[in-house]
Amino acid sequence: MTRLVFLEHYQGAIEKGGLGVLSKAASLGETAGVVLGEGATEVAAAAGAFGASKVYACDAPELAAPLPQPRVDALATLVERSGVDTVLFGASVLAADVAAGLAARLDAGLNWDLTDLSVADGELVGKRPALGDTVGVDVGWKGAPRLALIRSGTFDPVESGGSAEVESFETTFSDFSTLATLVEQTQEESSGPSIEDADVIVAGGRGLGSPDAFSLLEELAAALGGAVGATRAVVDAGWYPYSTQVGQTGKTVSPKLYIACGISGAIQHKVGMQGSGTIVAINKDPNAPIFDFCDIGVVGDLHQIVPKLTELVRSRG
Amino acid sequence: MKIAVCVKQVPDATVHKRIDPATKRLDRSGEAALNPTDLNAVEEALRIKEAQGGEVVLVSLGPQKAVDSLRKALAMGADRALLVTDEAAAGSDLLGTARALTGALEREGADLVLFGQASGDGDGAVLWAAVGDLLRRPVVSQVAALTVESDAMTGKRQTEHGYDLIRAPLPAVVAVSDAINEPRYPSLKGIMGAKTKPQESVSIHDLGLAAEVVGEAGSRTAVLEIGPPPSRGDTIKFEDDGSAAQKVLDLVVERKLI
Repeated sequence: MTRLVFLEHYQGAIEKGGLGVLSKAASLGETAGVVLGEGATEVAAAAGAFGASKVYACDAPELAAPLPQPRVDALATLVERSGVDTVLFGASVLAADVAAGLAARLDAGLNWDLTDLSVADGELVGKRPALGDTVGVDVGWKGAPRLALIRSGTFDPVESGGSAEVESFETTFSDFSTLATLVEQTQEESSGPSIEDADVIVAGGRGLGSPDAFSLLEELAAALGGAVGATRAVVDAGWYPYSTQVGQTGKTVSPKLYIACGISGAIQHKVGMQGSGTIVAINKDPNAPIFDFCDIGVVGDLHQIVPKLTELVRSRG
Repeated sequence: MKIAVCVKQVPDATVHKRIDPATKRLDRSGEAALNPTDLNAVEEALRIKEAQGGEVVLVSLGPQKAVDSLRKALAMGADRALLVTDEAAAGSDLLGTARALTGALEREGADLVLFGQASGDGDGAVLWAAVGDLLRRPVVSQVAALTVESDAMTGKRQTEHGYDLIRAPLPAVVAVSDAINEPRYPSLKGIMGAKTKPQESVSIHDLGLAAEVVGEAGSRTAVLEIGPPPSRGDTIKFEDDGSAAQKVLDLVVERKLI
């Protein structure tokens, strides 16, 4: 089995999502990485420290913009030339489109939203929670190439201290792959860690009562070095920006600690945060569904509890 | 401007969803509805049509009863519906579904193909990219704002890092995010009118496809086993008596979370 992990890079560094998948794949056997786009050759070697035995790099100008279709061309070329039989992706907006385009191109099976990978009888098996994570499904592939998208934040990058040989490769592009072009890129302004990267997330829902109450969450998040998240209901109401929305139609997060304040725990929100390490819920309603899947549940008024908790965290120094 | 909107019937949100242990497929026998985020794609198509004229065609793959859900989108204002329905297509994975839809879309030859953000049942959010590759046309996904001219489209794509403005010539495949608009409710007139709008059902064979490229036979993935979800362990739950903040802090410190 020859595995390849798609590694995205941003501002000169390989992103954590891909490195986590690489660490996991390397624990199952020999795994290579691939980095595409401007500066790919420079950043590629860094993947060696996370378990890659080899890193392929292609920095053709067609790959400069973060668009999926030229990446499908490059990966299809690489799979055909290198004899790779499995390509793994850490889920992201870009990776999802690349993976599905590649599946169509190579006539390959794609399993998505996987939360674990294992090898049974020499065959790769993926674990996929389904139906709002009410069941766990084991999924497989009918032959190679096998493609998989891993739920974001599932695997943490683990430094193995190894090093990797970087091999540059060239590719040709399909006529239709370069038709879409990037006109402009706007970076979102944010202070502190983004919700995908944060180890701690303090999130708020309708139970906050008003947009002003988000300041309580911001203070607690700042004290914990974390980020603030929001439910769809409050984002729709204009209380907090869409970029912080956690849920089915927002971001999927998996911090070590998730503090849900005034969040009922609707399925739309649950699917975005149930991968969190420890979930603390603070809610006035003792019957809120979130109490069914949290680790620490507090029935009480968040307006009283959150500021006290902030004070206590601060006083620890 | 001819706009094709790919839509899907999914189990209604109020239905307790289950996987049939025998077929390992989602049980689709209960109440069903149009996939909620597909409504955003229908709405966007209608707005484009209202601004520049043209036709909105719904394209779907599913059992015959999916026509009930298509009727809702017709009531919103879509002009007609094309349903690919075939026993051979049951159990299609990403590839089988993409092939069947691509067959239907090639027949329609639309200038713009729209998708909604995600499927409410299989949690998939990738189909458009496979269809775009099979159609050999540009794909832009997660579009939160869309401008369509006679020969090109520009989409504001939401990513993890901010927004990318992407332009592509038509025909193009665009997946819209649910932030793009607020879908309208069908009017009474729309609901009455939907009954007489053209609804065509075609088989896989009608699209010139072999039965082996769809359904179980065309799938490259397999469900091996269905089990319980990963367990979270026990919940510690208590009422605030004034000391909740201290208790929470002690518990998270004990677990070395901060």
